[in-house]
Amino acid sequence: MTVSLSAWDVANQIKEQFPDAVSEINDQAILVRSESLFEVAQYLKNRPELNFDYLNYISAVDYFDYFELVYQLISINHNHSLILKTRCYGRDNPTLPSLVSLWRGADFQEREIYDLIGITFKGHPNLKRIVLWDGFQGHPLRKDYL
Amino acid sequence: MAIVDSAPTALGRLETLPSDWPVGFWSHWGVFTVVIIAFVLLMVMGFIWLERRGMGRMQARLGPNRAGPFGLLQPVADAIKVLLKENITPAQGDKIVHWLAPVVVFAPTLMIFAVVPFSDGALLADLNVGILYVVAISSISALGVFMAGWASSNKYSLVGAMRNIAAVVSYEIPLVVAIASVVLLTGSLSMNDIVLAQHIPFILLQPLGFLIFFISGCAEINRSPFDLMEADSELVAGFHIEYSGMRFAMFYLAEYSEAVIISAIITTLFLGGWRGPVLPPWLWFIVKVFIVFFVMVWTRTTLPRVRIDQLMALAWKFLFPLALINLFITGIELLTWPEALPWVMILVNIAITAVLVLLWSKFFKLGWGRVEV
Amino acid sequence: MMAIKTEPFVLNIGPVHPSTHGVFRMRATLDGEVIVNLEPVFGYLHRGIEKLAEERTYTGIIPLTDRLDYLASMSNNLAYVLAVEKLAGISIPERAEYLRVIIAELQRIASHLIAVGAFLNDCGAFFTPFLYMFREREKIVDLFEMLSGQRLLYNYMRIGGFTQDIPDEFLPALDKFVKQMPSFIDEYDYLLKENEILLARAKGVGILPKELAINISASGPVLRASGVKWDIRKVDPYSIYDRFEFDIPTGTAGDCYDRYRVRVEEMRQSLRIIRQAMEQLPAGPIRSEVPHLVRPPAGEAYGHIEAPKGELGFYLVSDNSIAPYRCHIRAPSLLNLTALRDMMIGWKIQDAIIIFGSIDITMGEVDR
Repeated sequence: MTVSLSAWDVANQIKEQFPDAVSEINDQAILVRSESLFEVAQYLKNRPELNFDYLNYISAVDYFDYFELVYQLISINHNHSLILKTRCYGRDNPTLPSLVSLWRGADFQEREIYDLIGITFKGHPNLKRIVLWDGFQGHPLRKDYL
Repeated sequence: MAIVDSAPTALGRLETLPSDWPVGFWSHWGVFTVVIIAFVLLMVMGFIWLERRGMGRMQARLGPNRAGPFGLLQPVADAIKVLLKENITPAQGDKIVHWLAPVVVFAPTLMIFAVVPFSDGALLADLNVGILYVVAISSISALGVFMAGWASSNKYSLVGAMRNIAAVVSYEIPLVVAIASVVLLTGSLSMNDIVLAQHIPFILLQPLGFLIFFISGCAEINRSPFDLMEADSELVAGFHIEYSGMRFAMFYLAEYSEAVIISAIITTLFLGGWRGPVLPPWLWFIVKVFIVFFVMVWTRTTLPRVRIDQLMALAWKFLFPLALINLFITGIELLTWPEALPWVMILVNIAITAVLVLLWSKFFKLGWGRVEV
Repeated sequence: MMAIKTEPFVLNIGPVHPSTHGVFRMRATLDGEVIVNLEPVFGYLHRGIEKLAEERTYTGIIPLTDRLDYLASMSNNLAYVLAVEKLAGISIPERAEYLRVIIAELQRIASHLIAVGAFLNDCGAFFTPFLYMFREREKIVDLFEMLSGQRLLYNYMRIGGFTQDIPDEFLPALDKFVKQMPSFIDEYDYLLKENEILLARAKGVGILPKELAINISASGPVLRASGVKWDIRKVDPYSIYDRFEFDIPTGTAGDCYDRYRVRVEEMRQSLRIIRQAMEQLPAGPIRSEVPHLVRPPAGEAYGHIEAPKGELGFYLVSDNSIAPYRCHIRAPSLLNLTALRDMMIGWKIQDAIIIFGSIDITMGEVDR
């Protein structure tokens, strides 16, 4: 059984390293500030006790005020999982750090989010539209796209 | 060797042949031209039917069975359909070469039949260099294939055509060396004499030569597992991807008439040609041709396709050395025991074949993974 | 001495090509026949299922999920209804649980049959293995037709169970199939497992190393062929998979041959599960009491299954209305393609085709 790690425990470990990174914690997920997303992800991946080597999925949800990014991390060795969230404010040019350099599995998923939600991932090697054609106007998965 | 003794001289036959016919040489020529064209077209129809129905059976399906009894008229229906289609030339293509390519591919296949005997002496021209003529003419169609690939202005067809040239050039060599060992046995290049010399089919005296010739022949005419030039799962259709209508039909026809030819030459060289008990010679010939082609259909439905470098490696590392060794052994046998009993020779040759093939398969693998050539 | 001037050329493999298994395009840069660069191009089958799902009721999305991986509709249904049941806290009857396992494993066999057949066909075995495997898939499709009346897009599962109970003739027919199938799998192995040409073509070709496979979030047979023992049915058992005994076949090298072998072995394990599930199948209702318009409490849930192609997951966000606020699909086919470029560079066009075939994707799922 894949154990969902207690968000509180992991958040405490993150806080030791990055005091300002975590902005909110609930039972399922840790919400980190978008500026420190990359560092936290790197820490979670490389810390041996956590060892999140497998990025299961990335999803983005449009809540009008902000976009919420959901990362599910899994450790194949320890068979535990964690949901990491971050928020991205502003609708004109939302930007987040790319995690492709940590998990290449993020490659197509970040491109898809860029394509459909319109979040720019800084540091992505090949950030192009993936399912829609170049030159398409708008981002269809946004709630205000009709 | 005892079996060679009864072969008459080629020269004697050439002088006597035309006088059998009422108006001399020209009627002989005319009748055989018509016979060859009719033979090729009918055999192609038979082959298409055999391939599609046989393949259907092997693939747990029925195959075409609507047109005519047992679907026998399916090739006719296909031909009518394809004749009614529009001829399309790619806008970027070389129009003249594109138009010429099917002809260049198809014409040599008809020319080769000039020297294939249907019965004793029943052939258009009993050339005393018959088998050499076959080898020479059969290489021409590779040119047509490359013309088609080049003129189509399509990358797939170009890749397919280049593969074809590479394969044909490589496989010609073991093919010719395998033929040479048969020629050593008969002492004549004439196709008719080769048949007359086969009191025992040469497949028994030359099992290794037969294997090499069969494999190289399959590669020459793009039969599976060497059908890289038109590999449907990779190059869509290879060199004839941009052809439609009648020109496509020409390629289709050429492909199958090449299969007829290779089957006919294998029959002539190794299976005793038209020789056989009870049935008339021409019927024996056709039956044997169909049997050889059936084996080709069989391999096509059974084996996966090799890769281009493995194809080359097979020719140069496997078939070519074995063909040379075979030629060498045949020469030694003929020099040292020319009077040996044929049955002893058969056993010795089969043993040599088995040892060589096993040895080479240990020595050289097609390669698991990448093979650098 | 004059050197011949050569230059690489770009070959578009696809979008309409016999071996791209749909409308997929690979922009390959070739040096002769060797691939020096490759860029996958997606989107020819994009239908916006994630957007469409936002304006349909929870039950109304089930037909949409059919159209994701259209070779394994039942598995898609299962992943989706599991996610909704998790979101709404719905439990389902025992009989439905067992039936779901039987159906999901049948669907896995059907999908793997196509995957293996298409792979061997890409290797150049002229349609023979493909048609042999379609012969057996036909029997599975017949079984599903008994259940749902459909032959491709079944739309059979519902939130809380199934549309209708299995007909009387289903179990005898399933029993017959399960008895026959092992000998058919043996027959496929006998035909091509140790064929020298197949070994030469597939062994050591398109290697996906273990670390890379994990790093690109590969899943399913692709991940397992690289030697990672990771199967959602074992590591995070959903439904009632923890009640059955089965093994996880893994490969060692992560090459095309291993991926092919893993799929064949998985078919055997699936038959094992079906046999156990048939023995234990209880009587009872096949659907729990669920309102027509499911209105899950606000929140989010992620339901995932081990689909034939890999881990298929649905991430659903509810705002307590009759339609999901967001429906994200974790598509295994798309993620398995991440390392396509790494696997193909340095190989020839012919290898590229079989590498692509061995990954086994469905464009409906890649583009959604």
